[in-house]
Amino acid sequence: MFDIGLGHYLTLSAVIFTIGVVGIFLNRKNIIVILMSIELILLAVNINLVSFSIYLNDLTGQIFTLFILTIAAAEAAIGLAIIVVYYRNTGTIRVEEIDKLKG
Amino acid sequence: MITHAIFFYTFALVAIISALMVTISKNTVHSVFFLILDFISISCLFIMIGAEFLGMIMLIVYVGAVAVLFLFVVMMLNVAQQKNQWFAAEKGSTHIPVGLIVSLIIFFEIIIVVGGWKYKPELLDSSKLSNTMDLSNTHSIGSVLYTDYILLFQLAGMILLVSMIGAIVLTFRKRIGVKKQSYIKQISRERNEGVELVDVEKNKGVKIDV
Repeated sequence: MFDIGLGHYLTLSAVIFTIGVVGIFLNRKNIIVILMSIELILLAVNINLVSFSIYLNDLTGQIFTLFILTIAAAEAAIGLAIIVVYYRNTGTIRVEEIDKLKG
Repeated sequence: MITHAIFFYTFALVAIISALMVTISKNTVHSVFFLILDFISISCLFIMIGAEFLGMIMLIVYVGAVAVLFLFVVMMLNVAQQKNQWFAAEKGSTHIPVGLIVSLIIFFEIIIVVGGWKYKPELLDSSKLSNTMDLSNTHSIGSVLYTDYILLFQLAGMILLVSMIGAIVLTFRKRIGVKKQSYIKQISRERNEGVELVDVEKNKGVKIDV
């Protein structure tokens, strides 16, 4: 209980990952919250990589966390740009009203 | 040991609660604020566990850039006051129970994997890059990042460049009816297109700017 090990960090990462997945599944509000849920999922992955990297004493996990951070920043920038363009064209970014592709 | 546990549980609790609030908060601006809180507590955990460089980078990149970008977009799009309606979906929609069941299954699968995980002692190291104690975390990351991972590092830079150009190209628009100064046009103006000699007839005047 008071001996914090790898399992604690992995459990925290699992909880945050699941909250991110729930946020994607259940969101009916707008796409920005879905993008934030994706950021949460990437954060959970980062926790996993960093805790394994520390406990196995191997730097590779931290390097890959750095790259995931880069990709997450690029993805957020592109995603938000797409959302801005979509809002400018249609006037809404509510999830249920985005049905142009008839998916 | 017990201080470590107390700090871990505090930061983990804050992180989980703020992650939940990101999802269920009614106001999108509040969601962004809770996302920032989440990033800050996770970066505190990173610093606590010994990855201080990544913790600081998380603070700079996520809180300083990404979350502020989210905040700008939320304020620009005027969606902050839209009500969160995922509890009150339309009748006959099954996405809430299905989504909850799928998420719970994912969660328990991950927990089973975490609980049953064993580190085989004879497992080969994925690399020889150990985090030695006589170097600081930043020093050792730097000594690896610019030598063994230099290609990946430059690729990451290329990806950032592409995303930057992509964001600019996507959101750029030409406004119609805005008068702009064009130096090329001004400099390359000739006399015969700027000045014209007209014989003015008496009592008729002349039309300007046809």
